[in-house]
Amino acid sequence: MWQYEKKLQYPVNIKTPNAKLAKVIISQLGGPDGELSASLRYLNQRYAMPYGEVKGLLTDIGTEELAHVEMISAILYQLTKNLSIDEIKASGFDTYFVDHTTGIYPIAASGAPFTAAYFQSKGDIITDLHENMASEQKARTTYDNILRLADDPDVRDPIRFLREREIVHFQRFGEALRLTQDRLDAKNFYACNPSFDKNCGKMI
Amino acid sequence: MNEQCMLLKKIKKYDFSLKELDLYLDTHPDCRRALEMFNRYMVLRNKCVQEYTERFGPITPEQNNSSEHWKWIDDPWPWERR
Repeated sequence: MWQYEKKLQYPVNIKTPNAKLAKVIISQLGGPDGELSASLRYLNQRYAMPYGEVKGLLTDIGTEELAHVEMISAILYQLTKNLSIDEIKASGFDTYFVDHTTGIYPIAASGAPFTAAYFQSKGDIITDLHENMASEQKARTTYDNILRLADDPDVRDPIRFLREREIVHFQRFGEALRLTQDRLDAKNFYACNPSFDKNCGKMI
Repeated sequence: MNEQCMLLKKIKKYDFSLKELDLYLDTHPDCRRALEMFNRYMVLRNKCVQEYTERFGPITPEQNNSSEHWKWIDDPWPWERR
């Protein structure tokens, strides 16, 4: 089960609202490589994992991603606070405003609503860990792109923290993949699924 | 049922009572009776959790008490049938 802690993982204190920036950063909430899809990906994949290390890692990273969902939401909240109608119109935020006012709703920057189609849970530890390594890199690229678009140091600071976490997660998933491959039967050349194929690597 | 399961069951009972009181207190933040119950169950819960983690390992990573092995990753996990 889960327990909530009433604090952000890393501080978010944005002094200047900027609806235009909120429009792109929202992709890390409800977009294809966002924090919500990351959390659901890892928490759903846990059940097919045969090793304690990987069950633990997916639980812990999946939980940390929920804290990142909250950080991105805090950034969006502060970027869209006290906006005037003129600012909303001029920034292009009006297309979001009409449906959600300044409430937080998970969509991609393009406007597409969040969907579980953004992630996979394949029931195969090797496949899933490869997906996870790719997804951390895709999220890192998205943060790189946000840093190319954002000038405000109050925004850049928490975004750089989140970018760094993608790199750490990528490293840990790489280690999880290595220890998985070390444990597979040496004759399992084609890396059959250890949680499903009982005769993994052997001809019956 | 072994001792570990029984102790965990006790913790779950306290946790559920505490969760119910938590929700109730969210909408009745000055109810002294509920506050008193919450505090009383919290003491009982903490005692159980302390005994459980000392004997059987952590329920959260922060409860680690070993300097030799990270018991957090040890099987079984909650979704696995025992």
